[in-house]
Amino acid sequence: MRSKSRINLPVLYFVLPFMVVYGIFQIYPLFQAVIASLFKWDLLTSSMSFIGFKNYLHMFRDPTFWSSLMNTLKFVIFSTPLLIGVGLLFALLLNGTGSKKVLFRTAYFAPYVFSVSIVTLIWGFMFNPQKGLLGEFSRMIGEEPINWLTDPSFAMFAIIIATLWWTVGFNMVLFLAGLQDIDPSLYEASSLEGASWVQDFSYITLPSLRRTLELVTILQIIMSFQIFGQVYILTKGGPGGTTRVLIQYIYETGFRDHKLGYASAMAFILFLVMAVVSFFQFRLSKEEN
Amino acid sequence: MKIKNLIITILLIVLAVVWILPLYWMIVMAITPNDLLKLNSTALWPQGFTLQNFFGVLKIGLTVRWFLNSIIVTVLGTALTLILQAMAAFAFAKMRFKGRQLLFSLTLAGLMVPKEAMFIPLFLMFAQINGHNSYAALYLPRVAIPMGVFIMAQFFKGIPDSVTEAAQIDGATPLRTFFNIIMPMSIPALTSVGIFTYILTWNDFLWPLVSATRKEMFTITTGLASLQGNFAQATELGSLMARGVIAGLPLFILFLIFQRHLIRGISMSSGGKY
Repeated sequence: MRSKSRINLPVLYFVLPFMVVYGIFQIYPLFQAVIASLFKWDLLTSSMSFIGFKNYLHMFRDPTFWSSLMNTLKFVIFSTPLLIGVGLLFALLLNGTGSKKVLFRTAYFAPYVFSVSIVTLIWGFMFNPQKGLLGEFSRMIGEEPINWLTDPSFAMFAIIIATLWWTVGFNMVLFLAGLQDIDPSLYEASSLEGASWVQDFSYITLPSLRRTLELVTILQIIMSFQIFGQVYILTKGGPGGTTRVLIQYIYETGFRDHKLGYASAMAFILFLVMAVVSFFQFRLSKEEN
Repeated sequence: MKIKNLIITILLIVLAVVWILPLYWMIVMAITPNDLLKLNSTALWPQGFTLQNFFGVLKIGLTVRWFLNSIIVTVLGTALTLILQAMAAFAFAKMRFKGRQLLFSLTLAGLMVPKEAMFIPLFLMFAQINGHNSYAALYLPRVAIPMGVFIMAQFFKGIPDSVTEAAQIDGATPLRTFFNIIMPMSIPALTSVGIFTYILTWNDFLWPLVSATRKEMFTITTGLASLQGNFAQATELGSLMARGVIAGLPLFILFLIFQRHLIRGISMSSGGKY
């Protein structure tokens, strides 16, 4: 017994501090969410009463839950291909060395380092028809400026534009890393054969990037599903709830309507959906290493 | 061939202008007097010049306090993340002990927990111990995200066992081996994890929004967001933009210095090659 504890002691203080923090702030909240979701729990009065699965049943009949889910899916479905396509385009244009390319990479990646509130500060005014550059541009070409953030047919589109500008650099970086792994001799061989760049792209680049593409797609879906800040600050979910997303509805349910149990139930469902998606990402990363 | 290159270069320049223009516009407005912006805010060349917007930040409002809050939370959070996660990663990569595989798998499973789905239970937890509106509440949940363990463990596995064994034969304790030999060898990996953690922590939005509800405890990220709905601020566009510049500048400078490390950190964290 004594010798065993002597071996394990250093391990203990190497692993324990992190595991304690991890257990408290990452594992325990999961169980807490499940338990809270079974209660009617008021934030203001802190009154709790056990109601079983009623929160979950209520969710299925709650039109705002469904519209928020649909808005989130709409954002995911439109933003994901755009963020992947433009990210891949940037990476293809900027693959390789050279100081000019590094400078362009810096330019495209730069917005990613800023916080969501800087992004909304800039784009909130960009989209403003009177004060913003987009409105000015419309007037220059003789068009009526668009009310980007207050017109229901444009609001979600505006959110997607701001998000594209903000985060596409992240995908570009992942694609650049993937492109660097492609064996250059493949291109040398194909140029000897007189292949065009279209053939290069479809027979060498795209197949070699398959894994990176899968990884970026899954990561992007996970990221897009968690959209909150842009919407919360730019449109508050409006106009008419057309941009209200799931995390925003969870936030409002918990902190505006004070229904913590119901908010927990929705958070847990969101967690389940995302865990399934993340599971595939996890499998992909493991394949690699 | 030449024409193709020319087209690509033109395309790259146009896109770079589109990407940089919004940032440039923010800076132009930040150095333009507020009353000029009321008349015209879409000029791409400053219609006047003033630093009053920046001096105003020091005098009016809580921006300076928020900025300091952000620095405290981010520095403490990043330092704790690096130390705790590197130590755990070292044990997982280089030490033999019972339950190692199980604990490591449990840690990696945490990567699948989406951060933004967990804020309600985290909120309840801190509420039970009256822990909201504190620095610890802002950075501790971030320290628990096991990304760094994953990256550092990969890195430590690449260090030959002979290095740790030689230190052991020389009579170095595991702690001494870790801090005097392993850590100095790992500075590139630590920098990558550190800079990425720093940026993510500084930019955290949902959690500080929920946890720090007292105005004095806002971070610069939530503080800046709180100003945007305010109509009085909208008439002082220059002051508002100056606050945006101040909130973004530290990260932009770090980014320019550590760009390569950040990019390496991103590709490592996603499970890509490095």
